Amino acid sequence: MKHSILSVFLLGLSAIAFTGCVTTPLPKDYTQFRQHQPKSILVLPPLNNSIEENASYSYLSTVTQPLAEQGYYVYPVAVTDAFLKENGMPTPGEMHQISLDKIEEVIGADAVLYIVVENYGSKYQIVDSSTTVSAQASLVDVDTGIELWSRRVTTVQSSSAGSGGIAEMLLAAAISQVINSSLDAAHGVSRTNNQRMFTEAGQGLLIGPRHAEFGSE
Amino acid sequence: MRLNSSIFCLLAPFLFCGCVQTTAYHWGDYEEQLYRMYAAPDQANALSQLEVLEADLEEAASLDKPLPPGMRAHMGFLYYQLGRFDEAYGAFLAEKTAFPESTKMMDRFINQISAK
Repeated sequence: MKHSILSVFLLGLSAIAFTGCVTTPLPKDYTQFRQHQPKSILVLPPLNNSIEENASYSYLSTVTQPLAEQGYYVYPVAVTDAFLKENGMPTPGEMHQISLDKIEEVIGADAVLYIVVENYGSKYQIVDSSTTVSAQASLVDVDTGIELWSRRVTTVQSSSAGSGGIAEMLLAAAISQVINSSLDAAHGVSRTNNQRMFTEAGQGLLIGPRHAEFGSE
Repeated sequence: MRLNSSIFCLLAPFLFCGCVQTTAYHWGDYEEQLYRMYAAPDQANALSQLEVLEADLEEAASLDKPLPPGMRAHMGFLYYQLGRFDEAYGAFLAEKTAFPESTKMMDRFINQISAK
């Protein structure tokens, strides 16, 4: 009897876990994307609207992998940042103002990815904590200035103390606070956020020319 | 036994998500180094980054897996910072060869080194 109550509970939880993946919004309109299919993407350091000072560069360091695995050439993000700084643009705000003509002339990218980090950090309650990362991204064709794709994605990761006595719960909360208190928690979540942002079917970027399945979508 | 099967249901999404992840490129520690160079610069100066990335490069070669876009150029930038211009030149050239999309940017750096 005890088992069956528990298993009903677990089934309920797994239903919640599944429904998280199943709800899909309408697929995006990729007409412009197909017409101006980029091969290479220049990722500019994100603008930061969160209260975490290091959010911009922490987020930046998790963007390359999902984009490249999706079939695009991604310019080296730290080199780009250093190069733009050297050329009189000390902040992401100034970098986001560069004209597309200049990008074409100096770097030769097919498309530019503009990112705004909106939330980046952890919230601690007594028995659990949650880390939220949200960002908005826009991919713009360098030749025409047309926006090819844009999306806003939020990822929340909770670490709950699980079931146990109140003392254990408090202890677990204290421990996870220590682990999560650094930038590292949000950095891990931003990885997940970018994976979802760029690769979710019907919402992310189309598969790019360097991918084995390019053109099959 | 019903308990066992429901635990499986609970874990199933994780099990399935976990296995599928294979990458086209050998990423090694490239992005972790990028993170550190901004979040904890004292742990990732040019020299220590290069030590890690050179090991990644060898590992990629032994696995016969391609290096990701940007990694060779990033190494070129680190060599450049250390004044090791020949190695910087080689790395930028290697990036351009592996990824012709980078030609305009790499030529810019290559010319900068040649002018020295």
